[in-house]
Amino acid sequence: MDWRRFSFIALIIAVLFGTVVLIGMSTESPILIIGSMMATTIAVATPLTLGALSGVFCERSGVVNIGIEGMMLSAAFFGWLASIYMSSIFKFSLAPSLIVGLISAILAGGLFALLHAVLSITYKVDQIIGGTVINILAVGVTGFLNRQLFFDKNSIFGGQVPHAPGVLPVIHLPVKEVLEGLCGLFGSSPECIVTADAIGKVFDQKPIAIAAIVLVALSHYVLFNTRWGLRTRAVGEHPKAADTVGINVVWMRYANVVIGGMLAGLGGAYFTLESVPSFEPLMTNGRGFISLAAMIFGNWTPFGAWAASLVFGASQALQINLQFFRTSIPPEWAFFQNSYAVGQIPYILTMIILTGIIGKTTAPAADGTPYEK
Amino acid sequence: MAEEKKIVLEAKGITKQFPGVLANDHVDFDLREGEVHALLGENGAGKSTLMNILYGLYKSDSGEIKVNGEVMHLSSPKDAIHHGIGMVHQHFMLIPVFSVTENIMLGAETDHRAIQSDAALTRLDRKEVAKKVSQLSDQYGFKIDPEAIIGDLPVGVQQRVEIVKALYRKASILILDEPTAVLTPQEADDLFRIVRELKQRGVSIIFITHKLKEVLAVADRITVMRGGKVVGSAEPATTTEQQLATMMVGREVLLTVDKDEAKPTNEVLQVENLHVRDQRGLETVRGISFHVRAGEVLGIAGVQGNGQTELAEALTGLRAVESGKISLGEKDLTGKSPRAYTETGMAHIPEDRQKHGLILSYTIADNLILCDYYKLPFSKNYVLQQGAVDENARRLIQEYDVRTPSPYVSAGKLSGGNQQKVIVARELSRQVKLIIANQPTRGLDVGSIEYIHKEIIQMRDQGVAVLLISAELDEIMALSDRIAVMYRGEIVTTVEGGKVSREQLGLWMAGAHPEKI
Repeated sequence: MDWRRFSFIALIIAVLFGTVVLIGMSTESPILIIGSMMATTIAVATPLTLGALSGVFCERSGVVNIGIEGMMLSAAFFGWLASIYMSSIFKFSLAPSLIVGLISAILAGGLFALLHAVLSITYKVDQIIGGTVINILAVGVTGFLNRQLFFDKNSIFGGQVPHAPGVLPVIHLPVKEVLEGLCGLFGSSPECIVTADAIGKVFDQKPIAIAAIVLVALSHYVLFNTRWGLRTRAVGEHPKAADTVGINVVWMRYANVVIGGMLAGLGGAYFTLESVPSFEPLMTNGRGFISLAAMIFGNWTPFGAWAASLVFGASQALQINLQFFRTSIPPEWAFFQNSYAVGQIPYILTMIILTGIIGKTTAPAADGTPYEK
Repeated sequence: MAEEKKIVLEAKGITKQFPGVLANDHVDFDLREGEVHALLGENGAGKSTLMNILYGLYKSDSGEIKVNGEVMHLSSPKDAIHHGIGMVHQHFMLIPVFSVTENIMLGAETDHRAIQSDAALTRLDRKEVAKKVSQLSDQYGFKIDPEAIIGDLPVGVQQRVEIVKALYRKASILILDEPTAVLTPQEADDLFRIVRELKQRGVSIIFITHKLKEVLAVADRITVMRGGKVVGSAEPATTTEQQLATMMVGREVLLTVDKDEAKPTNEVLQVENLHVRDQRGLETVRGISFHVRAGEVLGIAGVQGNGQTELAEALTGLRAVESGKISLGEKDLTGKSPRAYTETGMAHIPEDRQKHGLILSYTIADNLILCDYYKLPFSKNYVLQQGAVDENARRLIQEYDVRTPSPYVSAGKLSGGNQQKVIVARELSRQVKLIIANQPTRGLDVGSIEYIHKEIIQMRDQGVAVLLISAELDEIMALSDRIAVMYRGEIVTTVEGGKVSREQLGLWMAGAHPEKI
C-alpha cells in the first residue's frame, strides 16, 4: 500500500473519530469514545473485510466477481434459516443451532459462487452479467422464501417468524483485566483504569469479526507465500503461461471462486448470526459492492482491502456512536445525525475511491477474461 | 553428418484438424541428440501447431510421438516437461509482474527439494530457488538477476529467463518458437551463441523460424513445411537461401528488390528542426530536419527506441509537436489533426498493425473505409452506403490479394500478412503524395514481405514520396534511395543508398560519429 492511500485512510479515520470525540467530549471521556469507536469500527467492518477477501481470491485468479452482494445476502438468509430451523423445529440449543447456521451460510455462499464459476469459467458468460445474475437471483430467492416461509400460514413455521435463537456471543479476551492489573502496579490512577477499559472494549469482539482478521493474515500468507497463491496469481495474470507449465487453469479458477464465495458466505452470516438475530429482505444493503470498492482501493491485497474496509467501517461506526450523544449535538446540526445524512458517507467514500484520484491501482492482467486455449 | 546420433524425439504421421484448416497433415519429424534441427515455414504453415502438439498443449487427431524410443501420450504440458521437453514460445510465457525466480519456480515449486511436495499450501522457498537460478544462468554466462521483475527486463533477457526456465525443469529437448522475431540483430547474434553453447552441453534443439539467414547460421538440419505438410529437408552446407525460399513459398521468390534508379522531383515532405516528447515527457526527437522528394524512398535506419516511433507519430499528426515545422506539399501541417494529414495526401502504415492499423473487431470491409468513411461515396447524408462499402471491399481485396473467405470477416481473424495487406490496400488506394511506412514488414513471412516491398517501389515509381522507417537493415538497404541514420533522437547522417556498406550503417546506428561521408 503506497503512502498516498495509506495517508488517505489515516486521514478519513482521524476525521471520523475526531467528529465523534468533539461532539461527545462534554459527556464522555475521549479515550472511552475512541475505544468504543474502534470496537464498533472493527465489528461493522467485518462483512466488508470478508467481502473484500472474497473479491481478492476471485479476481486474483482472473474472475471478476460483482456477485459478492448476492452471495452475502443468500448466505445471510440461509444461515439464519438453518439456525432457526435447528432451534425451533429440531429444538436444538443455541450453540449447535448457530454452528449449523454458520456452516449453512458458508455453503450457501460457496454454492452461489459455484454457479458464478460455471457461468463464467465453463460457459464463458460475460462475468459482469454472471455476477448480476447472482445478485438478482439472491434477491429473488431470499425474498420469495422469506415470504413463503414466514408469511404463509401453511408453511412449516405456521406463517410467523419463530423466536430466534440469538446471536453469536462476544469472546472476551482478558485484556481489560490484565491492563487493570498493570494499572494497579502504578497506583491505579483513574486515567489508567479508563484507558484499560477502553482498550479492553476494542478486544471484545464476536467470533466472525475475529475470524475475519485472522483470515486477512491467512489470506496474505496463502496468496504471497505458498504454492497455491503463486499459482492463483499466475492464473489471474497470464493463464496461458500457467497452462504451459502444467497448471490446470480451469481448476484453479473454480477453486478460488468457490473459496471466495465461502468467504462472502461467512460475511453474510455476520448479518443474521452475529449482528442481529433476524433477516430482512435486501438487508446487505450494498455492502457487497462497497467491499468491492475496498478490494480495489486495497489494490487486490488482503491487508490493503482490510484497511479500506476499516474506513467504511469507521463511517458506519460514526453513525452508530453519534446516537449516544444525540443531546450534545447543537440543534442547527441536528440534520447531521439523521441517518440519511451520515448514512451516505460510505457511499460517497466509495465514489471518491473509485474515481482513482487517490492513486491508481492495477487489477490482475487477466481479470475478467475467460481462458481460451 | 558422418555419425548418426540417436533419435531423441520422433513424431510420425501427426495430423491435426482445426475448424476449416488442416493444420498438420501426416507430418513426420525427428530430432537427434545434440543437434539443432530448424523447422522452416511461412506463417500458417503448421510449425507452431506441430510444436504445440509435441509440447502437449494440443492433442493430435492421429499420429504418434516417441521420446527416446518410447511412445508417449502427451495430454498436457506437464507430461512433456516430465519427458524433458522444454519450449520457449514466440510470445513469452512469463508473468510480467512476477520476479524471475517466481516465474521459473511456477509449476515446479518444489523441484529444488530432495523430496517433492504435492501440498497446495507448501511454502515457497524463494531464496533457495533464486540460488539455483543464479547457478544455472552463470553456467551459460547469462547475467540474470533472480530478483528482477520480468516486466522491467529487455526482451532479450526475458528470452534467457525462458531458456533458464526450461533448463531448470531439466529439459534435454528445447523447442524455440520464432526466437528471433522480437530481438534486435545484436540480441539475435547473442541467441545464436547461446544455442551453440546449449548444443555443446548436449541439449537437442528444434529451432522454428521463417528467416532464411538464421537457418543457415545455426541449423545442422533443415525441414521445410508448407500448408501443413513437410515439403522437404536440406542441410545448410548444400543449400542456398534461394532454394529454401522456393521450397517454403512453393514458387520462385525474389529475395532482392528489383528497382530502377529513382527519378526524384519536387520536395513533398519538409521537416524543420522538429522536437517531440514521448508520453513520459522525455524529448525523444531532438531537432530533426529532412525532406522527402516525390519519387524517392528515404529510409530512416536506427536501432529501435531511438525516437522513430515518436517521429512517425508526429509526422502523422498523432502526437503533439514540441517545436519545429512539418509541411506536406507546401502546406504547413504542424499541429493539425491526423485527418488534415490524411486529406492532404498522406498514407500511414503504422508500426503496430493490430493496435494502430486496424480495428480488429471490425470487418475487413469496414476497416477498408476508415480513412474515407465520412465522404462520398461511402457516406451520404450521414448514412453509410453499404453498397459502396461492399463494392470497395471486394475490389481492394482482389487488387491487393487479401486472402479471406469474405469481406465480412473481422480483421482480427486474418494472418499478420493479410492484415498488413488490408492496411496497405486502404492507405495506398487513395490519392496519396506521401507514404509513411513504419516497420511495414515486421513479423511477416517472405511472400508478404516481397509483396509489400514491390508495392512500395511501385508507388515510388508513380511519383509518390516514401518515408520508410525500419530497424531491419536489410530492408532499409534494399528499398532506400537515400538513408538517414537516427541515433538518440537525432539524424546522425544522410547518405545515398547503395553507396554505403552494411557494416558502416551498423556503426552509425550504434552511435559512431561519421567523420566523412
